[in-house]
Amino acid sequence: MSAPVLVVENVTKCFGGLTAVSELDLELRSEELVGIIGPNGSGKTTAFNLITGFYEPTRGSIRLGDKRIDGLRTNQINRAGIARTFQNIRLFPDLSALDNVRVAFHVGVRSGITSRVLRTQSFLDEERRIGRAAMELLERFDLARFALSSARNLPYGEQRRLEIARALATSPKILLLDEPAAGMNPTEKVELARLIRRVKDEYDLTILLIDHDMKVVMGLCDRILVLDHGETIAQGTPEQVQRDPKVIAAYLGADAVA
Amino acid sequence: MAPNATARLVLQASAALAVVTVWARWIAPHVNPYQLQVINYIGINVVMAVSLNLINGHTGQFSIGHAGFMALGAYGSAAITCYGGPHLLPWLSGTLGLAEGTAKALLLNGAMLAGGGLAALAGVVVGIPTLRLRGDYLAIATLGFGEIIRVIILNLDVVGGARGFTDIPELAGTFWIFLWAFVTVAVIARIVGSTKGLAYLAIREDEVAAEAVGISTTRTKVSAFLLGAFFAGIGGGLFAHNVTYLHTNMFTFMKSIEYIVMVVLGGMGSITGSVVAAVVLTALPEALRAIEKYRMVMYSMLLIVLMLTRPQGLMGRHELSFAAIRRRLAVRKGGASVAGDVP
Repeated sequence: MSAPVLVVENVTKCFGGLTAVSELDLELRSEELVGIIGPNGSGKTTAFNLITGFYEPTRGSIRLGDKRIDGLRTNQINRAGIARTFQNIRLFPDLSALDNVRVAFHVGVRSGITSRVLRTQSFLDEERRIGRAAMELLERFDLARFALSSARNLPYGEQRRLEIARALATSPKILLLDEPAAGMNPTEKVELARLIRRVKDEYDLTILLIDHDMKVVMGLCDRILVLDHGETIAQGTPEQVQRDPKVIAAYLGADAVA
Repeated sequence: MAPNATARLVLQASAALAVVTVWARWIAPHVNPYQLQVINYIGINVVMAVSLNLINGHTGQFSIGHAGFMALGAYGSAAITCYGGPHLLPWLSGTLGLAEGTAKALLLNGAMLAGGGLAALAGVVVGIPTLRLRGDYLAIATLGFGEIIRVIILNLDVVGGARGFTDIPELAGTFWIFLWAFVTVAVIARIVGSTKGLAYLAIREDEVAAEAVGISTTRTKVSAFLLGAFFAGIGGGLFAHNVTYLHTNMFTFMKSIEYIVMVVLGGMGSITGSVVAAVVLTALPEALRAIEKYRMVMYSMLLIVLMLTRPQGLMGRHELSFAAIRRRLAVRKGGASVAGDVP
């Protein structure tokens, strides 16, 4: 097995007296697809927010490769190679689908302010390159016909896909998907699972994903981490997790186990 | 340079020449001084509205301090031409042997750039502490900042203090005003239209998501304040050297509100809208002079009616440009050329 790309070690996050995530340990290996599940309020999204720098851990460390990333700002973490989507879709609603993706390329832009104002040839070439790359991404996600529609006018499923496309435009090594299947019907969920697999293979990504839907997670993930009240209660392959009495207890109540 | 870039440049140059010729030969001779003054104000207000639009409209940072930046540019540049002019002009025309007109143009633009620089500096100073503030809080902080600038200037005796700053050389005519209005529109449109410039819009749309796609919201917001304040300073410089008299009462927060009205009425984030609103809102009160007593009543009524019928502003978030039209057509035809076009 290859060396881990992301190592979350002993990370704890407290909000006042509440411990949202407690002593989280997580290792992602290259091109792995790992799921985090758990009941509402178990700290899944908090874990995401810690990894992507929205929160700073109270204790513990997060490393990407050899680099410590806890304490960095969100945009620096994105530049280091971690992109994410949000539970409650966060697109740029009044920008077109194309611009939503285009803006995510902005980190790599080399043209300075003078060449932008003077519209030098190198600037125009760069803009064209970015425009084409953005359009290609839209095509891959079957969104090309929405290129110039405002993101807010896209159907729900398309908005989810656009958010993933936008995340990929930042050329991440690791992609974090926060409940990508939320609000989808069973057919859409199957399609989404297929899309996630395809994206992972095409872009050589490591994916960490949160979902409530056991079917999606079980069918998709190599490994699963189960959180409850901020604690990691189980970890392992889908089969192992599924049989774990603690997991069943957390989901169905302690009585169900007996 | 690529052939079509050259062609475009030639086209633009000839268009500019045509505008100047039409103005000079057919319009200028029939314009009386009062009308000319209104036209000049229109140009200055375009500079102010478009620059404020970058901060308020594109980046979504509600600032009520624009008059403060304008005052800095106005007083800063006027101080240079008033105190430095008498030494600099003879040196420019004498030692360097420049024609009088060229020397004056250099002095004016140098002074205005310095004034703009001063305002930009202030923009950064306001930008940094206000980064943590949003919405109403930011508005109040910038309002306070604008007033601080005004009161400081009011107490500076070298620039006239409470008496006002008099005898500023009349260097900025219609030509310079409109040249700078054009430069302001072109520079801001090009910056906002580029991939990097989309970052401003992204911050307005969703700051959290903007951070998540790698945009440094701190840097981007400060740069919006810097650029917006710079052009506000230029607007102030044009104003000072056109009106030739400055008083701090000209730069109260009501002035900032006037520009905010232009930006909102034109459509937050639409440069075309800001330009149109600047023209309409400068000309309208003058056009209404005929009904004297009810002038301001009518003006306010029109504003209210407009906001009720078009709350998104005249232009919404749309722009009027050839590129936008071309892109729409390309998509309608189903062409994939969309991606290759620089908006």
